Amino acid sequence: MAAPADTPRRRPGTRSPIPPGLRAAVPVLLLLIFGFVAPLLTVAAFSIAEPRSYDVFTSFTLANYAQIFDPANSVWMSFAWSLALAALVVGILLVACYPVAWGLVHVFGRWAPAISAILVFPLFVSENVRLYGWVLFFIKGGVLDGVLKVFGIGPVTDLLYTPGMTLFGMSYVYFSFMLFPMVLGLAMVPRDLVDAARDLGASRLMIWREVELPLAMPGILIGMLLTFVLAAGAVAEAKILGGQSVITIAQDIETAFTYAQNWPLGAALAMVLVVIVGALALFVMGRLDLDRILGRR
Amino acid sequence: MAMTQSAPEIPVLQLAGVRKTFGSFEAVAGIDMKIREGEFVTIVGPSGSGKTTLLRMLAGLESPSDGAIELRGRRINDVPSNRRPTCLVFQSLALFPHRTVGQNIEFPLKVRKVAPAERKARALELLRMVRLPEDIYGKNVMRCSGGERQRVALARAFAYDPDVLFFDEPLSALDYKLKKTLEKELKDLHRASGKTFVYITHSLEEAMVMSDRIGVMRAGKIVQIGSPSDIYAAPRTKFVAEFFGELNAIELRREGAGYVRADGAPIALPPTALESARAWALIRPELMRFAAPEGSANTVAGTVVNEYSFGSRNQFQVLSEGRTWLVEAPRGSDSPRLGDAVTLGWDAADTLVVED
Repeated sequence: MAAPADTPRRRPGTRSPIPPGLRAAVPVLLLLIFGFVAPLLTVAAFSIAEPRSYDVFTSFTLANYAQIFDPANSVWMSFAWSLALAALVVGILLVACYPVAWGLVHVFGRWAPAISAILVFPLFVSENVRLYGWVLFFIKGGVLDGVLKVFGIGPVTDLLYTPGMTLFGMSYVYFSFMLFPMVLGLAMVPRDLVDAARDLGASRLMIWREVELPLAMPGILIGMLLTFVLAAGAVAEAKILGGQSVITIAQDIETAFTYAQNWPLGAALAMVLVVIVGALALFVMGRLDLDRILGRR
Repeated sequence: MAMTQSAPEIPVLQLAGVRKTFGSFEAVAGIDMKIREGEFVTIVGPSGSGKTTLLRMLAGLESPSDGAIELRGRRINDVPSNRRPTCLVFQSLALFPHRTVGQNIEFPLKVRKVAPAERKARALELLRMVRLPEDIYGKNVMRCSGGERQRVALARAFAYDPDVLFFDEPLSALDYKLKKTLEKELKDLHRASGKTFVYITHSLEEAMVMSDRIGVMRAGKIVQIGSPSDIYAAPRTKFVAEFFGELNAIELRREGAGYVRADGAPIALPPTALESARAWALIRPELMRFAAPEGSANTVAGTVVNEYSFGSRNQFQVLSEGRTWLVEAPRGSDSPRLGDAVTLGWDAADTLVVED
């Protein structure tokens, strides 16, 4: 390295016509265009193609959408089940995760990393494998049934293949997706603020309502959004644990693309789901202050 | 609060043998102290001396491992922070970032279920008291400047109407000029309100300006407590003396009924009542002169190796037999130059003899 101080600056005239910000953004732009925008456009194009055809980009019809919104079609049931199950999962996980998240931040201390690891570990195993594990647990003659039999209780029947079991499966699978954003949210609440609120006379409930909850809200909202979006698009729980007692919208989409070979209908269903979930996500994201979460302020 | 008004001989706060340990670490190692009604007491100490832990115990955010804290004669060791008539202004100020200035100040009033109209009137009154404009009421507290936030935190503490206010170095993050202004305002506020203030800081300068009494803390203990002038004139230990600035320190050892220099060199000392085996003779740099005193042993020969300007005066470093001596002289006086051989001297009467 010779004369490091005298590296000549690029003169304005020789600068590349692309501004440096855009140049730096090119890799991300390419990824977004080819990885996200292009597939979505393809799905959108398929959704306006002739039903039961592969005439994408060459035909235009709203027949697929008409079919979905036709009152005679019962596909709305799948939407209703998926959105209702997703809403219930969010509700259940809010209640189930809050104490665990609070414990991880405030109580478990040096055990917190170990407990986090145990909670994360199941994610390393395929979702289907874990769900089949639960089948073995709940099935007639399975773990639960067998253990209860030893104590002379039972036989327990018909736990599996119910909407309730679908809900259980979703709550189990998406537990971490609510928990960890919530932990992040609660960890963002400065200890001093809680102490100050108490010092100024506030009760525990008041501290929670006025300080802890509002300041942890960004993390909690991210958790709610993640679990809702994932649960609204879930299919394996309803198939494996629910035994198709409930048909979710994701299963309808899958059927349209595979068994029915009606890609345009599947694409139209997917677009409707994207619009519903997208509207919800935009609404929630609009209320989040990412700068604060990332600690820039 | 007529019931809480008590005879003046009962201190508002009294600490007896207060200790706090975290595992094997003793943060506060036994403190006995009385704080009188309406006093401004400052606890000074370096980082890690236990002053913040002490303050948190007084505010009820930590409970003492041992000892008793009494508020107007009532033991409050186990009274939670939200039931104590005391309020802490945090070093971080701990303002609620998701709330406006008004909502922050009104928080303790909201807790007490004061009606909204009354809350607002009180908040505006407090804004005037801390010299903030009323139109700041609706501003988000995160958009306020450092000085504004400082005043909002103070107004919020006053809204709680505590008997005792605690301050945990609230001015440490501010620039010098603002700090000086706020120090004086805080002192004025103390006089006007008649409340008891307990303030902690690592800056003795800050303590000197505001306090009625200063306690110097070291390793969990209060090593000396007294009025600012007492502590300045008669520090009990080298540690306390050093808090007031740089010193020339000469180690002494007990011999017979008095002291001699530990290194055997001659020294003339003022009479002292001290009896410890080890002691120090301390001479402030401004009391050293570039001349040997007439007929006294208090003299050193050396070379000027450094000179610093302190504005109104200059400080010289003089190297003599491997150690440096500090001498200060008013600017413009007849001073030596770097490399000059000089003779230093000081009067026995200007020497402080203190414990280790």
